[in-house]
Amino acid sequence: MASTIWKGVIRIGKESVPVKLKSAVTDKSIRFRILDEPDGAPVEQKMVHPRSGKAVPYDQIRRGVETESGEIVMLDEKEIAELEPKESRDIEIIRVVPREAIDHRWYLRPYWLAPDGESPEYFALARALEEDGREAVTRWTMRKKEYQGALHPKDGYLMLITLRHASEVVSAAELEGPTGRELDPREKKMAAQLIEALSDEFEPEQYQDEYRKRVAELIEAKASGKRIRLQPKRERKAPADLTSALEKSLAAARKERSVA
Amino acid sequence: MPEDERGDEQQDGYRPFWSGTITFGLVSVPVDLLPANRPRRISLRMLAPDGTPLKREYWSAGSKEQVDTESTVHAYELDGGKFVEVTDEELEELAPEKTREIDLRLFVDKDELDPVFFERAYFLAPSKGANKPYRLLVSAMESTGKAGIATFVMREREYLVAIIAENGLLRAETMRFADEIRSPEDAELPKPKKVDKKTVQRLSKALDELFEGELDPDELQDRRTRGIEKLVKSKLSAGKDVVKAPADDERPAEGALGTEDRLVIDLMEELKRRMKGAASEEKEPVRAEGQRKPARAAAKKGGSKARASSKEPTPSKSGDDDLESRSKQELYDMAQELDIDGRSKMTKKELVRAIQRSG
Repeated sequence: MASTIWKGVIRIGKESVPVKLKSAVTDKSIRFRILDEPDGAPVEQKMVHPRSGKAVPYDQIRRGVETESGEIVMLDEKEIAELEPKESRDIEIIRVVPREAIDHRWYLRPYWLAPDGESPEYFALARALEEDGREAVTRWTMRKKEYQGALHPKDGYLMLITLRHASEVVSAAELEGPTGRELDPREKKMAAQLIEALSDEFEPEQYQDEYRKRVAELIEAKASGKRIRLQPKRERKAPADLTSALEKSLAAARKERSVA
Repeated sequence: MPEDERGDEQQDGYRPFWSGTITFGLVSVPVDLLPANRPRRISLRMLAPDGTPLKREYWSAGSKEQVDTESTVHAYELDGGKFVEVTDEELEELAPEKTREIDLRLFVDKDELDPVFFERAYFLAPSKGANKPYRLLVSAMESTGKAGIATFVMREREYLVAIIAENGLLRAETMRFADEIRSPEDAELPKPKKVDKKTVQRLSKALDELFEGELDPDELQDRRTRGIEKLVKSKLSAGKDVVKAPADDERPAEGALGTEDRLVIDLMEELKRRMKGAASEEKEPVRAEGQRKPARAAAKKGGSKARASSKEPTPSKSGDDDLESRSKQELYDMAQELDIDGRSKMTKKELVRAIQRSG
């Protein structure tokens, strides 16, 4: 399960830290195959020529780009191959930044890095990043594709979180929240108190994907020839006056706290 | 007048992915959810040897034509190659009940949220009449340094979400569930070793050399897409391997380089417009829902949009995440945001299915 996806070497100036890349997330989604009901034959994906209606075999498919001016530019596999980055085992550190410098919106997917062989530098690097409150922006080439990521210390280990490209991230600096009349200081204070009253530790294990669970149950029940029943539904209403809503919520939250 | 401007916004606007209400305590803040990230740049299209863009179809194994989607079933493969068939109706029944609420019953320290959980980000814009409670929530979250945690239902799936306030804006980050995250033990990482202080110092020094206060987005450009764009340009001006694209009615929408850029501008403009629109509503007394005059706004716009008259002024009840009711373009935009493979070749129905299955 915990197989190594790729092996590389983190390069920091003259230092090098050999690592193994392993996925830090498991895909738990339930995957269905699509069957054609009449005979239960599995459905296959085909690439079809729109005029002839015939499927084009994969080895004959070409690739290309459509321009805004309504032309299609076909690219040779050779030309595409030339654009591929050079093969390398290096995880290059581009720059080191304070931890809060990388906005969540850049993050894509986390990977664990395991030390490859006896590398005393591995745990030392994790410690150094941790102590200094830093992350490193890195770039590497894996299976002919270039990736960029944040090298991130976690629980004494190193994690590599892939980052989106700049074109995908809307600059938050360009955006401003709504403006309006000065907020009522009393309401501000109450809202902050309400938040404090509702504050607690985050326990991620308490949340589960109920839908996934129900689908799994359905499959299990059907596999053993049973049937299952479903739950009823509910609705909710919104309030009116902001100040009194805050007061009431605050009182309720505090009461709950004192009982707990 | 501000109300006319807001009328425009309702009809012309980028339709939100989800509309609903954030509640904290008894305070409710109606919001619209918009993607915070632009779609990934296009990938290469698949073409026939003559350059015609190919259509993605689903064929029954061994047959020579498309399957009728009405006759297909989902099947789960058990160990041993047996299938359990599950119908669309059954899956619909299992889908979480549609609610339009993000109920913030828990706040946590923003800094404590582990980035491994974050999956996808959305901006939350205040809906009409929500400017003040929206700003109040933002201000309280910023001053306390807290993020809200909740679950909510979107596209017939339940999501765990962190609500974060930054720069006066609320952002929703959908999160992975804990059982989707591998612990170091799951990943079979070796037990941590004692580290030598000197080695730590040496590495810390090496890192120092590369230290900068900020991220530089220029270093994070999509170099492959750039390379393709350059190649395409040079082939285009040389007239090499260039064919005419089929007429619009002969194939599904999508494709041109630049489509995403247009979408991007729309998204940015839309967010800005919404923030401004929300601010302008405070300049006049808040009126009751029933007094709004969508007809006037529609008249100003020429009243040409059929949607304008039927769309509700508030997002509260209309099934915005009812995928079937969306236009194909909207579904396509969603599919693009979700990075669904083969989206450009999908029929409306296929898009709906693909979106439902994603996430």
